[in-house]
Amino acid sequence: MLDLLTGFVGELRAAGIPVSLSEHLDAAETLRHVPLEDREAIKYTLGASLVKSSTHWPTYETAFEIYFSLRGPGHAVAGEDEGTGAEPESDEDGSSPPGKGGTQGKGQGGGGGEGMTPEELADMLYKALLSANNSMLQAVARQAVSRYGGMEAGRPVGGTYYLYRTLRNLDLAKVMERLIDQARQATSAENAEARHAGPDVTLTPLEERLLRDEYQARIDQLRKEIESEIRRRLVEDRGSEALAKSIRKPLPEDLDVMHATRDELVALRKSLAPLSRKLAVRLARKRRHGRKGALDFRSTVRHSLSTGGVPVDPRFRYPRPSKPEIIVIADISGSVASFARFTLHLVHAISSQFSKVRSFVFIDGIDEVTSYFDGVDDPSEAVHRINTEADVVWVDGHSDYGHALTVFWERWGEEITPRTSVLLLGDARNNYHASGSWVIKEIRARARHVYWLNPEPRAYWDSGDSIVGEYANHCDEVVECRTLRQLEAFVGELA
Amino acid sequence: MSSDPTDTDRPAAARASEEITSGFPQAGPPRFDSIDEVRTGLAGVDYLADDGISGVVYLADRLAKPVLVEGPAGTGKTELAKSVARLTGSRLIRLQCYEGLDESKALYEWNYKKQLLRIQADSGQSWEQLEEDIFSEEFLLTRPLLEAIKSTEPVVLLIDEVDRVELETEALLLEILSEYQVSIPELGTVRARQIPLVFLTSNNTRELSEALKRRCLYLHIDYPQLDRERAIIETRVPGVSQAMADQVARIVRSIRSLDLKKAPSVSETLDWARTLVVLGVESIDAEQAKDTLHILLKYRSDIDRASKELAGLDTTG
Repeated sequence: MLDLLTGFVGELRAAGIPVSLSEHLDAAETLRHVPLEDREAIKYTLGASLVKSSTHWPTYETAFEIYFSLRGPGHAVAGEDEGTGAEPESDEDGSSPPGKGGTQGKGQGGGGGEGMTPEELADMLYKALLSANNSMLQAVARQAVSRYGGMEAGRPVGGTYYLYRTLRNLDLAKVMERLIDQARQATSAENAEARHAGPDVTLTPLEERLLRDEYQARIDQLRKEIESEIRRRLVEDRGSEALAKSIRKPLPEDLDVMHATRDELVALRKSLAPLSRKLAVRLARKRRHGRKGALDFRSTVRHSLSTGGVPVDPRFRYPRPSKPEIIVIADISGSVASFARFTLHLVHAISSQFSKVRSFVFIDGIDEVTSYFDGVDDPSEAVHRINTEADVVWVDGHSDYGHALTVFWERWGEEITPRTSVLLLGDARNNYHASGSWVIKEIRARARHVYWLNPEPRAYWDSGDSIVGEYANHCDEVVECRTLRQLEAFVGELA
Repeated sequence: MSSDPTDTDRPAAARASEEITSGFPQAGPPRFDSIDEVRTGLAGVDYLADDGISGVVYLADRLAKPVLVEGPAGTGKTELAKSVARLTGSRLIRLQCYEGLDESKALYEWNYKKQLLRIQADSGQSWEQLEEDIFSEEFLLTRPLLEAIKSTEPVVLLIDEVDRVELETEALLLEILSEYQVSIPELGTVRARQIPLVFLTSNNTRELSEALKRRCLYLHIDYPQLDRERAIIETRVPGVSQAMADQVARIVRSIRSLDLKKAPSVSETLDWARTLVVLGVESIDAEQAKDTLHILLKYRSDIDRASKELAGLDTTG
């Protein structure tokens, strides 16, 4: 058991959750007190000593499911269920037909002829959802995976591929409609009975909405069952350690912003708000507790009178930390749009830490968007407006750094002062236009600092049409900024 | 360490091996025998715990470790500590944290006025004698943390909203959390006479220090699942019918799934259910829901949005 725990802790660390030695010890101690056969209890109590942040919990949960599925009691439970699973067609059948699954995947989308027909399966699914019967849902999940997942032994793909395939074949949206229809009919029938011959009363919008949410919750439950079923089979196939490696998901703050999927972007957006709030609190605190100012000679002498002219108690001026002015110039063309949005959001969320923040966005034209953030308490609204309203297309809507920078210099160049820090965001992929790097040089001469944030990995810089190197000559620093963590660290330094 | 070996109801082997694990303070006799006992016990004092909550409370008792409870506001973090106190029949000592909290408010303070009086009362004594005298327990004002340690009766210590104190002040808590002792320079070290159950709550406005987190068990309480919320409404709101509780729980779940500034908390849900009971509502329709939404939601924009969604004006249907 201890070996297993050590392996598990190793996996957690590899997934990015910091587990200290003493936490590991606590976890080992935990196992002495909690009955080992109670899997849920083990999960929560181990989690209490190993995971110290709620954002890490999903990662922990996945790792736990994988690690304690094969050897743990989860395996036994699954075996039992196969016996009780009402249908005759079971696992032996399910794991064998990789060929069949393969052909299905090629687009027939229909079912095979053996055992349960797709109609029967759909019917069973419908009943399970209608009655919220958990064991039935489990059985359906198992059936669906063996029928539609088309899992092949030894194929090094992650579980998402199988999940997608299974769900596509089940067509849950249609099932949902059917459920709602059924409910509608049931209510109108009831009402008809109650009033004998009243008008045909249907569901009120409120009731319908509640029902929809209820079924949605059940469908989510089914999706989870399917996921865990797929995971269980993958573990059987490849062993937990190999699998843990292949489906390890990075924590939200370590996600590569440029290549995030839609779901990941949602997770990112969620973690951005607490992140910016924490950053603001930390910076405000740093400022308040910052070092004292210079010696205030006059005040010291005046106070020394009470001690007979001996300056016992030196007085200091109040510190007046300079708040930098920030100008953000962000590329919001397709490739780096999400990164620019996150940065704008973060900078404006902590705008109280700067004396002034001005934002400009460009693709091949450039536009000022500072006013969008005025009087809005939620920066994401403003960011949304930028996407829809800002006038950033000049010719064709492909990045043209040269033109954008030139226009910026002509229109707003005068406003850069020695107190200004300029942040440029973009991958510097200029579609082989003129670079306009002389603008950066001019800005550099005038501003306090010029930083360039590049959301691309350093290895890709200056490859293809990226000319970040040319701009880098005139910047104070070019920073690789791929994840929220890096972004937060940079902005924290800046303020 | 501090506890006396009264845990006779545990096997000798377990006790022996515990003595080896020095560094951890030794727990007294366990308060709970099993996780299920915690859950049923808490249900007995009207707190419905899920697997995670009861498991962690049980473990906190067994390992003699503090519990750090995090989660959105109004999900029953403080209530958990109160309920555990009620369940175990312990005294609840509460330390409300705020910015600027220092050791004279949290740990102990010398009673200067009394000391001054003592010095003035007889000036004939030698300074050594006097010093010995005025730095004795008589002149010590105990504050919540010291009080929890010194108490001989069982105690539940609640350190509320620990994320409000400064990072530096957190260090005050470390000694008491890991060793259950307080060092007073003039007096020496005060050890705990019994190990209190300690709960720290945090609303997660900032990241707590690693040192603090390392010493605690971590528990995240989120909005409850539908079934649990329904059960909570039924136990906490007198006079609510089952159908009503079900409806309330389902509407609240729908509202939480919207993208709001502040999702309704459990306590707001309970307030809402109480209001509906007082108004004599039997079954909620969209109109009534709309009129009472201001109890659930506290932002204008949230209310507008939720009432629009509930009235079914959206086109998803």
